[in-house]
Amino acid sequence: MLTTPGADGRFGEFGGRFVPETLVPACQELEAAFHDAWNDTVFRTELNDLLRDYAGRPSILTECHNLGRKLGIRLILKREDLNHTGSHKINSVLGQALLAKRMGKKRIVAETGAGQHGVASATAAALLGLGCKVYMGEVDVERQALNVFRMRLLGAEVVPAKSGSRTLKDAVNEAMRDWVATVEHTYYAIGSVMGPHPYPFMVRQFQSVIGTEARAQCRELLGTDPDFVTACVGGGSNAIGIFSGFVDTHARLIGVEPAGGAAVGRGVPGVVHGMRSYLMQDEYGQVQEAQSISAGLDYPGVGPEHSYLASIGRAEYPSVTDAEVIEGFQLLAKTEGIIPALECAHVVAWIAREAPNMQGKTVLMNLSGRGDKDVAQMMDILG
Amino acid sequence: MTVLHTGKLESHLRARRDAGRKLLVPYITGGYLGWTDAVRAAAANGADAIEIGIPFSDPVMDGPMIQLASEQALERGATPLSILQELRNIDIDIPLAVMCYYNTVHSAGNERFSHSLAEAGVCAAIVPDLPLEEATDWCVAADSAGIETVMLAAPTAPEERLPRILQRCNGFVYAVGLLGVTGERDELASTATKLAARLKALTDVPVLIGVGVSNAQQAVEASTVADGVVMGASVMRRLIEHDADAVGEYVGEVRKALDDSVGLK
Repeated sequence: MLTTPGADGRFGEFGGRFVPETLVPACQELEAAFHDAWNDTVFRTELNDLLRDYAGRPSILTECHNLGRKLGIRLILKREDLNHTGSHKINSVLGQALLAKRMGKKRIVAETGAGQHGVASATAAALLGLGCKVYMGEVDVERQALNVFRMRLLGAEVVPAKSGSRTLKDAVNEAMRDWVATVEHTYYAIGSVMGPHPYPFMVRQFQSVIGTEARAQCRELLGTDPDFVTACVGGGSNAIGIFSGFVDTHARLIGVEPAGGAAVGRGVPGVVHGMRSYLMQDEYGQVQEAQSISAGLDYPGVGPEHSYLASIGRAEYPSVTDAEVIEGFQLLAKTEGIIPALECAHVVAWIAREAPNMQGKTVLMNLSGRGDKDVAQMMDILG
Repeated sequence: MTVLHTGKLESHLRARRDAGRKLLVPYITGGYLGWTDAVRAAAANGADAIEIGIPFSDPVMDGPMIQLASEQALERGATPLSILQELRNIDIDIPLAVMCYYNTVHSAGNERFSHSLAEAGVCAAIVPDLPLEEATDWCVAADSAGIETVMLAAPTAPEERLPRILQRCNGFVYAVGLLGVTGERDELASTATKLAARLKALTDVPVLIGVGVSNAQQAVEASTVADGVVMGASVMRRLIEHDADAVGEYVGEVRKALDDSVGLK
């Protein structure tokens, strides 16, 4: 079991609630509302029904016989890419949108990087009759045009964030600025295990369904736990979701970061977006701009619980380069007939690189999203 | 209950308020082209104190004008150290406060940062993303370095929260005038004077309304209830679009309107 943060919202020395005073009462209200809902069987039943009948849970496990044989490992995918909307983001957004309604909010705002959380938010808002505005970095609006269209088709307003690096970090800034102005009737649906308390904890609880299912499914398939549990890490919600099922096993937990956005690998503790966590920053605390081929991982920070798991040595956070990611993307497609999201291609790349050190081992990978959204970008890159 | 030391900023503001004056605190982004001239111009034209912004890469409480000023200041190479260095030599006779996001403090360390403020002659700090619950470590360091901590109070605060904020606040209380980020608005939000009235009923510390106080007329309106105002975006627009002289002229205009409103000459 992962730890439950106390009133101070800390995982060890990470987390907290570093937000403008205007938002403090809203965060406190949310903390209480989530606690109440999470312990209410009516809410949990409603959420579980939606996850089953709308999102398509449980997601299956797929064993990659071809790639596994090629690499000398046993490779198993947790197929979050098969969820409705094509990624794990729907798990958290259905929970948050139900909570927003329960709290009497009429409208949700969200930030998005690759657009997966934005699409999931727009979807949940359409289903539950909520207004939806999604902030997306201008750079990402260009490289993820398909998802922008999907969001608009679903009735959401997509607003390009034009400040700073014009990617995920700036989309978060804009969403927070919106929320500061609209907090009385608006719910901020954060897309990852980041932001001020209770978001890192709450989003983890909503994503823990991945780990809970995967553990039981692995026991059935393997008769034991896997040796490695792997996932990509931007903010880190799909990783914490699957880690949550295995943190008390012998499995090594591996969160793969992009080399250009390696908050745990290259950052030092800092405070931005409401949380204290590892952060890529300069000597004066100016947040550095991440550089990644993958819009969803293009973020200079990381969820505070990952910083905690790294600090106590329970999880490891290696990184891979964009060039390795391009190889990984094609590798899974060609050997298994599965096109992964570029985010997940980071994990494929790490597994392929480290396979010589994992011979005969069992590796569970969270395939958190499908690659359709990245096909146009890869067409440009591969020519 | 801890009784906070009344520092130089608070003593200065109290004395002026108690003499019947409405308080005017312009905000200027440190490191922006011409900023030190703007500080001197504001001081010469009737500011009671000046808030110096230390630019940050991710200013979530700021609207487009101060975002732009911050970005350009950073592009010019401004750092907390360079700004504090320039403040040492600024030679004005009113107190200075800095406004900075918490990562600027965190990166240097609470003690080192508060000492560097004191050494530069700064009296107080305003840290808009450091709410009461997270402020303890900073406050210990700031108190010990003699730096006053201006706390923000927002319209969203429930009744029981305001006294706790006030207990930890010195210098002045920064009453956030509206739900939203910094920037000019056509009208003063109704939340501004409501919050100021709630705070005035609870404290003797000067209550200043900031965020969304956009011109002389709004400053007068806010000051009918509050002890004064903080003005940021409208000041920075004059520096961005014109120059330090325009800042001085504007501060003088607001000063006169405030003085006229209370019958001061």
